[in-house]
Amino acid sequence: MDGPVYPDAAAIAAAIPDGARVAISQDSTGVSMAVTRELVRRDARDLHLVCVPISGLQADVLIGAGCVATVETSAVTLGEFGTGPRFAAALRAGTIRVLDATCPAIHAALQAGQKGLPFIPLRGLIGTDLLASRPDWTVIDNPFCAGDPVAVLPAIRPDVALFHAPAADRHGNVFIGRSRDLLTMAQAAHACYATVERIAEDDLLADPDRSPGVIPALYMSGVAQVTRGAAPLRFHDEYFADETVLGDYARMARTEDGFRAWLERWIGPTAIGTAA
Amino acid sequence: MSAPEAVTPTEQLVAVIAGLLEGCRHIVVGASSPIPGSAALLARARSGGRLRVNVLGSQRYNSFTNGGVETFDMAAQGRVDAFFLGGGQIDGEANINLVGTGHYPDGGVRWPGCFGSSYLYFLVPRVILFREEHSRRVFVPRVDFISAPGWSPPGVYRPGGPWKMVTGLGLFSYDRDRHRFRLDSVHPGHSVEEILDNTGFDFDRPEQVPQTPGPDAATLALIRGRIRGEIGETYPRFAATLAGRGTVAA
Repeated sequence: MDGPVYPDAAAIAAAIPDGARVAISQDSTGVSMAVTRELVRRDARDLHLVCVPISGLQADVLIGAGCVATVETSAVTLGEFGTGPRFAAALRAGTIRVLDATCPAIHAALQAGQKGLPFIPLRGLIGTDLLASRPDWTVIDNPFCAGDPVAVLPAIRPDVALFHAPAADRHGNVFIGRSRDLLTMAQAAHACYATVERIAEDDLLADPDRSPGVIPALYMSGVAQVTRGAAPLRFHDEYFADETVLGDYARMARTEDGFRAWLERWIGPTAIGTAA
Repeated sequence: MSAPEAVTPTEQLVAVIAGLLEGCRHIVVGASSPIPGSAALLARARSGGRLRVNVLGSQRYNSFTNGGVETFDMAAQGRVDAFFLGGGQIDGEANINLVGTGHYPDGGVRWPGCFGSSYLYFLVPRVILFREEHSRRVFVPRVDFISAPGWSPPGVYRPGGPWKMVTGLGLFSYDRDRHRFRLDSVHPGHSVEEILDNTGFDFDRPEQVPQTPGPDAATLALIRGRIRGEIGETYPRFAATLAGRGTVAA
């Protein structure tokens, strides 16, 4: 084993420092709920979440557990259950800072980070209250065409990118298939951690069929094998969402006490903040 | 039209929206959009293979290979002809609000967020606003937060924008020069008075507002057969409601 293969999700959570700017993936591309649980267990603090480009249960749990100082996102949604309830509660209470965004803005800013550019222009946005709400976004004149105002966004270079993927090999190469946003996240970030369903015994880069869907170990800081590491969320066609757990969450997390009860059940017997 | 009596409100909406998509080459359907998704697949089924549809959240009806960013890249290049947007609030100038009510960011009700609206509303030529709930809490005099504006001043790059609006009660057109909606038709079982009572802004209307045509027998058979199967891959619980009468949630 010559790659950055970690023993478990807790080892990854321990490597993500308090205060880190962490890029997290959306449900359809693979969310590492395994590391999310360990971040709550280790009582992570002051995280700056960059949701690529939206989040759901993962961001809501981290916000509710007090791990988050800032959330940068195009939405926090539990799908048919609506807005993330702890996200909404934290905004009302003023306990988090929100940087509302729009999906292509987060993609574009990460792509700027991936390319080492300072900023990137993006169409749309002009005249929105969204743009007005962002002190870090502005409008310039197109330098090549007078009279064409265009919004510009600073690049995002997260400290950490975090997601769940189908497989990794023993060198630390990670198979992501056509979930290409994960590659952008990995290349934009200073460090990248993933949990994977399984370890492949062969070299993913040696297989011409799979290698185009691989993040090379070059970009990976740590990989841990966690079966069902996205649960209770759906993971592609490998397993479906646990509707009971998610339904319980949507109902219980409407109140602080209900959220704490759900969290204790999900975290298990270890009290929050006492994990090694 | 010889619409069978058993047409459900959902089937009516699917048929209306599909009728707005004729002539499109490529449609993208966003997340949590079973009715627009069904309509897009219905338009595709009737296009003889000319119309391409990408349903986000689907494995089978999604040909993107460059991640979530591909929808937005294609839209900016003019490769997406139609898209669907909604909103917690929509006003008479077609400004839409997906963020929340009251003072931002700590007041009132919070909705999930802008998603792609603050961009796609500018770029996709036929944006169809779809909101089944037709009430004064949705159709307000002025939105509390502009996620995306209904119109832009001259000089702002804006090849796209609102084109039609479909609600549970009726079908509207949007006049991009006058920044106003016009009521085109009222869905069967509803009235102009009901729409006036439940809309918080002024809109234009002809003296005699026609009734929205219902789906013909062939369209209804397509919805209940092929389309039910296709949309069921992404929205199984929704597809079950297309099976028969009286089972569609309000």
